[in-house]
Amino acid sequence: MKLNDAVWGALLLLLAATILVHVQSFRTIPGQQYGPAIFPGLVACGLAICAALLIYDGLAAMARHGGQERWVTLAPWTRSRRHVLALLLTVGVNVFYILLVDWLGFIPTGVIYLSVLFAAFGVRPAWILPIALLLTLAIHTAFYKLLKVPLPWGLLKDFIW
Amino acid sequence: MSGAWAQAFAMVLDPYNIVVMLAASLFGLFVGAMPGLTATMATALLVPVTFFMAPIPAIAAIVTATAMAIFAGDIPGCLLRMPGTPASAAYTDEAYAMTNKGQAELALGAGLVFSAIGGLFGTAVLIISAPTLAEFALKFSSFEYFWLVLMGLTCAVFLTSEHPLKGFVSLFLGLLVASVGLNNPAGIPRFTFGSVELMGGIGLVPLMIGMFAISEIIRYAVDTNPRAMIIDQPIGNVFKGMWRLTVKYPIQILRGSALGTLVGALPGAGADIAAWMSYAVSKKFSKEPEKFGTGHVEGIVESGSANNSALAGAWIPALVFGIPGDSITAIVIGVLYMKNMNPGPALFVNNPQNIYAVFLLFIIANLIMIPLGYACIKASKQILKVPRNVLMPMIMLFCVVGAFAINNTAFDVGVMVIAGVIAFVLEENGVPIAPAILGVVLGGMLEDNFVTSMIKADGNLLAFFDRPVAATLGAMTLAVWFLPLLMRRLRRLAGA
Repeated sequence: MKLNDAVWGALLLLLAATILVHVQSFRTIPGQQYGPAIFPGLVACGLAICAALLIYDGLAAMARHGGQERWVTLAPWTRSRRHVLALLLTVGVNVFYILLVDWLGFIPTGVIYLSVLFAAFGVRPAWILPIALLLTLAIHTAFYKLLKVPLPWGLLKDFIW
Repeated sequence: MSGAWAQAFAMVLDPYNIVVMLAASLFGLFVGAMPGLTATMATALLVPVTFFMAPIPAIAAIVTATAMAIFAGDIPGCLLRMPGTPASAAYTDEAYAMTNKGQAELALGAGLVFSAIGGLFGTAVLIISAPTLAEFALKFSSFEYFWLVLMGLTCAVFLTSEHPLKGFVSLFLGLLVASVGLNNPAGIPRFTFGSVELMGGIGLVPLMIGMFAISEIIRYAVDTNPRAMIIDQPIGNVFKGMWRLTVKYPIQILRGSALGTLVGALPGAGADIAAWMSYAVSKKFSKEPEKFGTGHVEGIVESGSANNSALAGAWIPALVFGIPGDSITAIVIGVLYMKNMNPGPALFVNNPQNIYAVFLLFIIANLIMIPLGYACIKASKQILKVPRNVLMPMIMLFCVVGAFAINNTAFDVGVMVIAGVIAFVLEENGVPIAPAILGVVLGGMLEDNFVTSMIKADGNLLAFFDRPVAATLGAMTLAVWFLPLLMRRLRRLAGA
């Protein structure tokens, strides 16, 4: 998905303005002229200048190419339901992981995580569960056993090994 | 001095370290040979693992894996016309044309041998220049550092994007990310929105894993045109004819290595840009430029040595000033801080053995590249058979666990995913990622030196030019900003 430069410029200008307003609220240290607001403030000014130039560029391109230049250009994958689904699942499994790993535990979460992605990327159905289980256990062993990362046990906490 | 060298040898030749280097080699060769996985991604994936190692093995893993990955990127480029890493893209068409002419061995051999030579050249420059620069840098004050960082960031913008405006956008976004948290000269929480986790700032490691690995996996997920990876031609002895090439193209090898080291040392630009520039230079100065593109080995010799020398070159500013030369060393700097090996001239004075060990690691990595790289070429048929629809989900779960492992918090996993999505969207829209990374890494240093200098100068901007070195650096930075504009204006005047 490609946005026209002018759209980008407008979004960035909004961001820069928000930051400039927000940094005014930073506490200053009495007697200290160069406080916490000056650096992000300057960066936001720089961003605002870039944003203005992008808006100019984007509008100029619109004027030059007439009807060919669009506000939003959709990439080929946006028209393929399979790829859109793959994208949503790729991001979605991570949200699922963050929300549920403590309750479910790493191993069940990992198996579901991998199985969903394998299905989305077209791995042969019969292979999905075995590979997902094997890889989850491999990652669990590497991080939990060898590197001592406290991956949560969740539902399996009575079976800790 | 000799005591420090002896210590360095002992650390590097430690059996544990050797095992780490071998494992990292295999990992690097695999990642490099697999299209869609990059050397920077290899580094990002290594960070959570190196987190649990002593400093020298941690650095050894990164140095070896990246050297191997940059070479291995040539393999699928040559055999399938699909560069394994962006650093091989410059001469992929050339190498593939050689394969079609039945010269795959020669192309792969040139890639391997001259990668090693370029890597060793870059290492030699690193060994000679870094300590000298460090001695010089000991005298630097906040003014010099301010200009140095600013110049580095400027280089990153102009070198990594065709469209400097978008490079600046990327840089400013990175600097804003660096402002989050308590870590500022005033010690006041900024942009934390009341979140305790944001107080410490946005973690560099989850951010890097997100921007370099997750974004790549998202790109794979929406790839509507994936290509089959099947190799059918047998590969014989790749070392045949290498000596003849060395004798025939000594200037090209030297020029490629020198340009590569220089581009590597300039902040922001790494192996990929070094290879593109070297390939262009090679064609320009060649006696037979008409042969370029038809399967001519000369450009591969030159740019193949350039991309590996760039790797070592990037470490020069990283070790001496803490300013990364490319996105790999941007991650490395984060690792160095985690290992209490804060980069900067003091490291050369206080812990020279660690610096010498880094030098030795580079030499060893480039030497073992020759046999291991050869084995990788032989095994490439099998490597490319690994199904990517299994590999990519596995890498992503690995990233999740890796991001979690640094601070044991799910918050970092969230940071990683958001960074990945943002990086994907930015790159889809032609905004380069490298300036943002440099902005995040250098934002704190830029602000500290800026605020300190402003306080010292009492707001007088001319004081930034008072000291001779600061004045020179300042003038150079301003020149990089304004020269392109000035040149355009002059050209227009001359034309009118």
